[in-house]
Amino acid sequence: MTVRESQSALSDNARYARDGRASGSLRRERGTRVRRQRVRAAWLFLTPMLIVLAAVAGWPLFRTFWFSLTDASLSSLEGAHFIGLENYLVFDNGWYGILADPLWWQSVWNTLYFTLVSVSLEAVLGVIVALVLNAHFRGRTLVRAAMLIPWAIPTVVSAKIWAWMLNDQFGIINHMLLGIGVIDAPLSWTADASLSMWAVIMVDVWKATPFVALLVLAALQMLPSDCYEAAKVDGIHPVRVFFRVTLPLITPALLVAVIFRALDALRVFDVIYVLTSNAASTMTMSIYARQQLVEFQDVGYGSAASTLLFMIIALVTVVYLYLGRRQLGGES
Amino acid sequence: MKSGLICAGSVLMVLGGISQAQAADLTISCGAVGAELQLCQAGVERWEAKSGHSVEVVSTPNSATERLSLYQQILGSHSGDIDVFQIDVVWPGMLAPHLIDLNKHLPKGATDGFFEAIVDNNTVDGQLVAMPWFTDAGVLYYRKDLLEKYDLEVPATWEALTEAAHTVQAGERKAGHKDFWGYVFQGRAYEGLTVNALEWIASYPDGGTIVDDDGTITVNNPQAVRALSQAAGWIDDISPHGVLNYTEEEARGVFQSGNALFMRNWPYAWDLVQSEQSSIRDKVEVAPLPAGGPDGESAGVLGGWNLAVSRYSDNPDMAADLVAFLTSFDEQKRRAIDGAYNPTLPALYQDDEVLAAVPFFGTLYDTFTSAVPRPAAVTGDNYPRVSNAFFNTVHEVLSGNVAADQGLERLQGELERIKRRRW
Repeated sequence: MTVRESQSALSDNARYARDGRASGSLRRERGTRVRRQRVRAAWLFLTPMLIVLAAVAGWPLFRTFWFSLTDASLSSLEGAHFIGLENYLVFDNGWYGILADPLWWQSVWNTLYFTLVSVSLEAVLGVIVALVLNAHFRGRTLVRAAMLIPWAIPTVVSAKIWAWMLNDQFGIINHMLLGIGVIDAPLSWTADASLSMWAVIMVDVWKATPFVALLVLAALQMLPSDCYEAAKVDGIHPVRVFFRVTLPLITPALLVAVIFRALDALRVFDVIYVLTSNAASTMTMSIYARQQLVEFQDVGYGSAASTLLFMIIALVTVVYLYLGRRQLGGES
Repeated sequence: MKSGLICAGSVLMVLGGISQAQAADLTISCGAVGAELQLCQAGVERWEAKSGHSVEVVSTPNSATERLSLYQQILGSHSGDIDVFQIDVVWPGMLAPHLIDLNKHLPKGATDGFFEAIVDNNTVDGQLVAMPWFTDAGVLYYRKDLLEKYDLEVPATWEALTEAAHTVQAGERKAGHKDFWGYVFQGRAYEGLTVNALEWIASYPDGGTIVDDDGTITVNNPQAVRALSQAAGWIDDISPHGVLNYTEEEARGVFQSGNALFMRNWPYAWDLVQSEQSSIRDKVEVAPLPAGGPDGESAGVLGGWNLAVSRYSDNPDMAADLVAFLTSFDEQKRRAIDGAYNPTLPALYQDDEVLAAVPFFGTLYDTFTSAVPRPAAVTGDNYPRVSNAFFNTVHEVLSGNVAADQGLERLQGELERIKRRRW
């Protein structure tokens, strides 16, 4: 190597070293630029979605809230007057407004009762069905597909089918119960106030259990097998294994299924409307709001009911998520 | 089963009908209770042949309450998808803002020869918003073979009806007919229950109505308490518990399969219980509804349907012509003979062919002409609310959740609450 060559190599090294330092800061600079670019791109891609969301969710929500403060009616939406909170509660020789309407409070209670009972039943039955379907047996695929049928049938159709099966005079349910001697006179499932809520819950459980089962089954399929092998080696009782291993591991999926079902159940409409129409014993908040909005054409009052329904659902969701996270946090 | 399917599918059919509406010149929505849809279809086909235009027929829910909701949604959105609507006798006041004045689209004297009371009912602020198509009043169907078998008279009072129902029901059940019931009516919480309950109340002396012509709330009175208590006593006694979820067609289902002695229904059921498929053909007769006690009077509530043209229709003249054709003398006569629909032309009640097909049109003429109206005119926009409060209260009383006097007391408060929003 000549001196010149070595000099040039040295200077090369020095240059490399210098370049290296420079490229470090350059990289950092470029990094923030890239990140900024990415953020900008993200917003660019998100904007259409946000606009759509504002148009299809935000605007109607705002409009409903606004209408709840007016005396709008279905035939004259344009001529509505601002009346403040009168639709909610007003004193005029006695209390008036939704919050003073006993029927509203009954529908709130009906909705909460329906949600609590049906979702609890669906969660328990869903887990049992999922455990069965997770076992290895012949024809499992077929049974899994068949199980989804109730969930696949549109609610209006399945509710009408059930309405006929529950018919007091010609219904097959009464026919079978009479046949095996459980009852001695036909029951009027959808007309009797003490039975109609249970009839509705039964149909809802029949329909929604497959949904819970599906989510839980997906969770079951992802479970690590080593825990079970260890449990088997230690000779632990299967029931104990279920409560100590399986249940905690599928809890996140179960919580998701339950919140989805609870939100659905809180705004339940179709199944009840088809089975029992406007009857007060099964009236839910959605049916109450619909009655005011459509049947009585009172958009102001009905919007107030819808707003309250929205707030109650939001409240339940927040409470549930808070409790769910605490529970999860405690376990992990 | 059929009516159920129609009910379930009606929304889909309406939507389907709307999407196909572009193909036809006009769209008409008619009812689908009993043979209504077929009769409507046949009438429309005759007009099509005569005029050369095409018409789409859309069927709507059987329950009047639901039909009104559907109409309100369509009309409220100013949609011209349906040109001609079949509307109930209590709706003209409510729907008038959405309907055209037929006087301006029909030749002069179009309403000559019709029942004046119905024409008046359909005239809102001097505008004729609908043409009378068929009228209705509640009547009592009874099994004449069974009354003869037990040597009983046709009941003139509700008390007599209860007693006769007891006797026959006990006898038939003893004879092995386990599903037999005395009386079926429309007990579901919907407009039909308002009609039934108003018939009970109005049949008692001083039973009054829900709201009188001056707008005073009159429903909370001792005779109304008596009428409703009596009706509540029928449930599980002479009426199946399921009657609390029956509309017209469910009640007819029980009666027509031979499982009931008495049925309250509209005249349309006549043609069906006398049809060839009916198991009680030639065993049925029709009488006025019973009176409330010896001093009471039979009170059938005025029903009936009219044809109206939507203000948002693209072809109002063509639609008005269809309405004129469907409500014409010939068409009403055909409907009376083929489907036992009460004509709105007095002349047809003396027509021999009509009387041969539906004998009771002659004997019950007074029932049809002096029927009790519902308080739709005086309560105006609030009628659905009033009716809803009323039928919900009656439903609670019938279910045994509340005593009649307490229920009516509460109803009074509720009606005052509604009245506060001006009627």
